[in-house]
Amino acid sequence: MTKMSGAQAVVEALKRQKVEAIFGIIGGAVLPIYDVLYETPEIRHILARHEQCAAHAADGYARASGRPGVCMATSGPGATNLVTGIANAYMDSSPIIALTGQVNAFAVNSSYLIGKDAFQEADIIGITTPVTKYNYQPKKASEIPKIVKQAFYIATTGRPGPVLIDLPKNVQSETAEMKFTDNVEIRGYKPKTDPHLGQVKKAVELLFKAERPVILAGGGIIASNASPELLALAELLMSPVTTPLMGKGCFPENHPLSLGNLGMHGTRAATKLILEADVLLAVGTRFSDRTTGKLDEFCPDAKIIHIDIDTAEIGKNVDVDIPIVADAKKALKEIYKYLTKKLQKKESSQWFKRVQEVKDQLKDEVSGGEKDLKPPRLIKELRKILPNNAIVTTEVGQNQMWAALHFTAYEPRTFISSGGLGTMGFGFPASIGAKVACPDRPVVDIAGDGSFRMTEQDLACSVQEKIPVTVIVLNNSVLGMVAQWQRLFYGRRYSAVNLGSVPDFVKLAEAYGAKGTRVGSLKEFSNAVRKAIKSEVTTVIDVPISPEENVFPMIPAGAGLKGMVKSEEEL
Amino acid sequence: MDEKSHIIAAIVEHKPGVLYSVANMFRRRNFNIESISVGPTEKNDLARMTITVNGDEKLVEQVIKQMNKLIDVIKVSRLDPTNIVSREMALVKITTHDAKARSDIINYADIFRARVVDVSSETLMAEITGGSDKIDAFIDLMRPFGVKEVARTGITALSRGAKSVRIE
Repeated sequence: MTKMSGAQAVVEALKRQKVEAIFGIIGGAVLPIYDVLYETPEIRHILARHEQCAAHAADGYARASGRPGVCMATSGPGATNLVTGIANAYMDSSPIIALTGQVNAFAVNSSYLIGKDAFQEADIIGITTPVTKYNYQPKKASEIPKIVKQAFYIATTGRPGPVLIDLPKNVQSETAEMKFTDNVEIRGYKPKTDPHLGQVKKAVELLFKAERPVILAGGGIIASNASPELLALAELLMSPVTTPLMGKGCFPENHPLSLGNLGMHGTRAATKLILEADVLLAVGTRFSDRTTGKLDEFCPDAKIIHIDIDTAEIGKNVDVDIPIVADAKKALKEIYKYLTKKLQKKESSQWFKRVQEVKDQLKDEVSGGEKDLKPPRLIKELRKILPNNAIVTTEVGQNQMWAALHFTAYEPRTFISSGGLGTMGFGFPASIGAKVACPDRPVVDIAGDGSFRMTEQDLACSVQEKIPVTVIVLNNSVLGMVAQWQRLFYGRRYSAVNLGSVPDFVKLAEAYGAKGTRVGSLKEFSNAVRKAIKSEVTTVIDVPISPEENVFPMIPAGAGLKGMVKSEEEL
Repeated sequence: MDEKSHIIAAIVEHKPGVLYSVANMFRRRNFNIESISVGPTEKNDLARMTITVNGDEKLVEQVIKQMNKLIDVIKVSRLDPTNIVSREMALVKITTHDAKARSDIINYADIFRARVVDVSSETLMAEITGGSDKIDAFIDLMRPFGVKEVARTGITALSRGAKSVRIE
């Protein structure tokens, strides 16, 4: 037992969790914690310029490192500004801890209390209940050590997700005897990670007999660090692997068995071949509407094995034949163990030949002259320049889909994107978080001008805190993805999508003390990227592109996988 | 698939905010709570929720899985309707225009084993316990007299015999 204040207990508990960085913005209701941080050199505080960025940065940190990210904000508007970032982390199962200040919880000198609509009071517990895995509001300082311990445990185990701790100001100031413990016992939370042996054997039987297996490998592979197991199993089965957006990077995309992404803007090869599958092994994926398209046309002839750690995902969207509730790594290991007793690793197979044939047929052609700044070319060029372990984040919209389609990811945790919530403005603050987690690797945000504008103010944070990242703005002066839909489905009635040519991103970057550069050719682009990733200050590369550019292939909303088109003419 | 009524019993942490998180999950997932009753259990740090939902098999399975996912929910079971005792209590306030109405109501209440618990010059209050059908029937019977106010508790239920939903 140690006597200390609630604020000291929060910081001590964070240290015990080996937290090295907090992304946050100070305010009245978190003053006691910040006062303790003032004398805590072990924890680096990174001052964001908007709380949404603090939450996204914590998320980017978590996705890049596999360790939970921490963000902090004051009560009221500080806390509500975090909400988009928390909801984003929730949708993509990213482990973040959000600390918020709150007005006083118990009376001191007849002060205003929770529930009295005090200055900067917001019911952040009520607001975040649907977008957090769990949330806490200690009413006594002595509860803090246990709550912080539990919060990290809940955020990082089972299906990861955000946990919020709302800390009333006088709970931070109150002094109490603190008991720190390593034990966590939550009777309502016992995540199941070991697969059921009977189900594993059924899956093995099905996979053994499969003639045309396909693996759909989602974000769960990355969360459970199961890429080696996935690779081993895919090679044993000679099974091609496709990934929904969240799984990108979990399987090396230069591997002969990689089909690239599946989904609304997936690859044609993945879309074609998954429909030919007789057995689909879906791992750590939740069959989102953007992945499956129309449900009755999603693999109607395949038997489906679904491995997920979240029981509630089984049967939620797609009816499956063999459900396995388990940690992806453990389940794949078990399946491999039993399958390898029955199956010899082959050099080739009928199906493997078919996969190569389809991949060859449906390869995307990227061509054009030196001045042709087509996004797919730019992204392929970027891939050539970046080392294999470089981290790419994306914004949301066309930039994201071009990146998903054309950026070849080799390693897990190198492609970070807002999948579920589709949050414009995510990529840039996430790149700051990723850079803090991996300071020795280049971090590049593939952005659009619309998205970047939503969180660009954190250029100030990246410059001041010396967190150099590279932002590539694919600048079409338009909200591109929506404009694409208007072009294709709303008779080119471009309502509210024109962004004009403001701001001048070069000047904007310079105003913040960052570097800004505009490129007009592929060569200039490569030179700018090469310079930027070595720069000690954040660089914004403005790349003017045509506003008429579409992302193809595409599955129109409401259509099934079969409905994929590769150009506007096919619609 | 067939829509029908399902009774779900859940043992939850007995602390503030738990009802909110359960109700919030139902609303967010577009499930409908037909009725809910909550109260303490044999252990004072646990509460029991009895929730009825209407829907097909797939929906009720999702409801149970989503409830299980909530950290303050410790145990969730679906009760087998053929092997439970389920009860609901209602207080029904009825307008009494004259003495005849008053005595008719008292007679009907007797037949339904309802008890008259309050009388004023213009109203009479009956307390009735039983299955939901019985309570529906009683309220329907009272309508011609003028039902002024109804308060129902929602269903609460326990499995028959040794089978139980509890935390050891």
